[in-house]
Amino acid sequence: MSLSFLEKVLFLIERYYPLFLSGMATTMLIAITGTVAGFVIGLVVAVIRTIPVSEHDSKFKKIALAIVKFICVAYIEVFRGTPMMIQAAVFYYGIFMGVNIDLTLAAFVIVSINTGAYMAEIIRGGIISIDKGQTEGAYSIGMNHRQTMTSVVLPQAIRNIMPSVGNEFVVNIKDTSVLNVIGVAELYFQSRSAAGTYAMAFQSFTIAAVIYFFLTFIVTRILRLIERRMDGPKSYVIYGSQTNPDAEIRIKKGGARNGRY
Amino acid sequence: MAVIELSHLEKSFGEIEVLKDISLSVDKGEVISVIGASGSGKSTMLRCINLLEKPSGGKICFHGKDIMDKGLNLSEYRAKVGMVFQQFNLFENMTALQNCVVGQIKVLRRRKEEAEEVARENLARVGMLQYINAKPRQLSGGQKQRVAIARTLSMNPEVILFDEPTSALDPEMVGEVLAVMRTLAESGYTMIVVTHEMGFAKDVSNRVIFMDKGVVVEDDTPSVIFQNPKVQRTKEFLARYFAS
Repeated sequence: MSLSFLEKVLFLIERYYPLFLSGMATTMLIAITGTVAGFVIGLVVAVIRTIPVSEHDSKFKKIALAIVKFICVAYIEVFRGTPMMIQAAVFYYGIFMGVNIDLTLAAFVIVSINTGAYMAEIIRGGIISIDKGQTEGAYSIGMNHRQTMTSVVLPQAIRNIMPSVGNEFVVNIKDTSVLNVIGVAELYFQSRSAAGTYAMAFQSFTIAAVIYFFLTFIVTRILRLIERRMDGPKSYVIYGSQTNPDAEIRIKKGGARNGRY
Repeated sequence: MAVIELSHLEKSFGEIEVLKDISLSVDKGEVISVIGASGSGKSTMLRCINLLEKPSGGKICFHGKDIMDKGLNLSEYRAKVGMVFQQFNLFENMTALQNCVVGQIKVLRRRKEEAEEVARENLARVGMLQYINAKPRQLSGGQKQRVAIARTLSMNPEVILFDEPTSALDPEMVGEVLAVMRTLAESGYTMIVVTHEMGFAKDVSNRVIFMDKGVVVEDDTPSVIFQNPKVQRTKEFLARYFAS
């Protein structure tokens, strides 16, 4: 009896769909947590790295800042410079050894720290890309560095780096597969299990591929929607006109800046 | 007493001396135009006054107090000495109204309702009330500059510094910004205006300073500077300017 490719796929789905579903859920959970936590870590690191030092600052502040900045750079270099698979193995078999740590929790920690290193540089890029005039405008009305960052620079920087954050998210969805090295039951791990019993590797991994693509595609669509939200409406309302003070005049301004017009 | 007093102000960028020994005293209500060729140090002087650049030497006093003193509250000082930039520097992520409100809330600690009221008043004053919800990218250059002026006014400054406020504008938009500045001058603001608009310098200001190569060459009333300059370099600059 020989089954066609499609029949085998259907067979696998029917028999192992709980495996695929749980793998998908684990993968998404780790990717979401890792990206969000990584974003927060990256934000903190990038903000620290862009604190300006002025001559007015005390010696203590200057030295403390230099040390903290050095630690930030070291963190980025180490975690960008080594594969996440190795990081996972070192963490799980080395640092966490003897501690009875939940595998999923270990996965969260590793993906978050790894993503944080990349995010730190992405966000720093966003911050330094904002025109110096924005900062000067804020300083000129008396805002300090912290107020300038939170109200003026970061909102613009974060909008601008959304495409790169999307990249990181997509990479995380796919890269959770390396966590099988420590036995995390994510999508790749589950597909391999499903493939094993009936020697249907091709079919099983094809299903996994389709699921991965489905996940990343949904995520990129959602991120694009968020971006458009952040941009706000393209038209604006002028209140009142010379003839009718209650009129609302909508004016559309052109420009390909936000993609779809 | 002078509102702002510069004494022996110096500023160098590395080897380049941009300002050499500038002394200047600005009284309340004075409208001073600063003219001179590009690279003469006009903008740098202005940027030193609100400490966007740190002077390399000399002293700047505000109501007799040294602004480089460690005890000075820099935020408070900058709120009192407003600045209008050539490139507007409006916050791109905020509407016209929010641009005028944010500083009042963060720096002056005003309540939101009060801040919005002040912002509206000042946006009306520059003729931009209809555009309170527009983002900077939806506005023309002249409109942006008027919102930027309203943002500065909303902080209730004692002195306003204008750094070539019309130089980045299309010719047809220069007039609307100058008109706003004229009404401010008439309502008694102390203003220092770095400008290439000789008409404004001549008609609106009550004192004109000609700078060249980092020094104040001549400092007099507009009528003297434009009709009877005493220094040869001023004559040459104006002759070149009006010939072109």
